[in-house]
Amino acid sequence: MALVEVQRISKSYGALQVLTDVSLDVAKGEVVALIGRSGSGKSTLLRCINGLEPIQAGAIRIDGVQVNDPTTNLRKLRQEVGIVFQSFNLFPHLSVSDNITLAPRVVKNQPPEAARELAREVLRRVGLEDKLDAFPAQLSGGQQQRVAIARSLAMRPKVMLFDEVTSALDPELTGEVLKVLESVAREGMTMILVTHEMGFARRFGSRAVFMHEGRIHEEGRAAAMLAEPKTLELQTFLNAVLH
Amino acid sequence: MKYGLQFRDVFAAWESLLDGVLITLLLSACAMLGGLAIGIACAAGRVYGPGWLKRLVAAYVEVIRNTPLLVQLFLIFFGLPSFGIRLDGFTAAVLALVINLGAYTTEIVRAGLEAVPRAQVEAGHSLGLSGLQVFRYIVMFPALKAMFPALASQFVLLMLATSIVSQISVEDLFHAASIVQSRTFRDFEVYVVIGGLYLGLAFVFRGLFAALYYWTFARR
Ligand SMILES: Nc1ncnc2c1ncn2[C@@H]1O[C@H](COP(=O)(O)OP(=O)(O)OP(=O)(O)O)[C@@H](O)[C@H]1O
Ligand SMILES: [Mg+2]
Repeated sequence: MALVEVQRISKSYGALQVLTDVSLDVAKGEVVALIGRSGSGKSTLLRCINGLEPIQAGAIRIDGVQVNDPTTNLRKLRQEVGIVFQSFNLFPHLSVSDNITLAPRVVKNQPPEAARELAREVLRRVGLEDKLDAFPAQLSGGQQQRVAIARSLAMRPKVMLFDEVTSALDPELTGEVLKVLESVAREGMTMILVTHEMGFARRFGSRAVFMHEGRIHEEGRAAAMLAEPKTLELQTFLNAVLH
Repeated sequence: MKYGLQFRDVFAAWESLLDGVLITLLLSACAMLGGLAIGIACAAGRVYGPGWLKRLVAAYVEVIRNTPLLVQLFLIFFGLPSFGIRLDGFTAAVLALVINLGAYTTEIVRAGLEAVPRAQVEAGHSLGLSGLQVFRYIVMFPALKAMFPALASQFVLLMLATSIVSQISVEDLFHAASIVQSRTFRDFEVYVVIGGLYLGLAFVFRGLFAALYYWTFARR
């Protein structure tokens, strides 16, 4: 059984159909790169997967638990699905340590000392151990994004969703974030990431999924698919992002 | 025409003036606490509540903000006895000020709550926090910080507006002024001194609020 199962889902905002009949299975440990033009529905798909957006048809399951079921405890489910956003969304009034320990403390009732130890551990994994007591405003964009990744890791999720996590960064800062993503992937994390970094998708995506107008238009092994796109739309898209 | 300024008689009545200052301070403090409580409750209803509550709060805010405070005060002090509800002057004054300030505070708190980006709320939910936890740990502090300057201004305005309670014979600072005036006939001097006292009170409040802001919010 796949860890993430998306079965024939449809999603619309009022009259605007954003996702149509989308199906996607992600096995444990897989890294899926989600690519596609602006407005093709990539972010919406991620937001549906962790239940931030309701869907109108189909089903989504995480480790067998159905997301779009009113009897499902969404709060519990979201502890197992980490999501990192393009704009970091760190809490500006909390220190790095408090940003990371907030959910472990108030959601999982971890004692403060254990939570702080956990913060130290995840910060080490993103190379920012010395920033434990800094505030978000004192960090560069790349550092903030690494803290956001650490905050998500601290919940020990089964799967992590990344929505263009390097897009808001200056080019010289994307490298440090990609490096963190690589190491998280290498540790065996199941990941779905929306990205415009084709090089990264090629090297680390076990699979690439190309979305077009709210549908999955082409998918396959990342390296092969990006080297030899089959559909005209993917060719056009790749030409646009690579040049 | 020549008018010789003469403040001696006015200053001689300093005890009455001091009593007035204390009543004005007490009134202001009660109104601020009550108004803040109402403002927070109503803003929460306005932002997070069901449709009917949103409309009810909106109606309250509009009615209060578009009628004179004096009318509200007279309705409570002179109007309610028709229905058998008789309040002493001070209670009626506090009630009117709380209801009035509550409406303005609702709008300020609402703006503060809405100043916290939706993305912050979503980040909280994504970590598994409940709605209440998101409010308490993520929304509240930045919202208070955003609304603080407007809230402080509103509180100072309220303090100045308390002067109208002398109309129902509450013995506040302005009431003390009328008493001193009727004893000394030094109208100009009395109101210069009273104006100075209100000015001083306003500065004290602004100073306190600035200090509170500095210690609570400025360093984060
Ligand atoms: N809250 C919303 N209300 C209405 N329409 C929305 C909302 N969010 C997204 N949309 C629409 O849904 C479509 C898909 O948006 P989505 O953000 O998923 O695209 P995307 O593939 O992530 O694009 P980008 O690369 O620009 O981030 C767009 O047409 C967008 O305008
Ligand atoms: Mg997007």
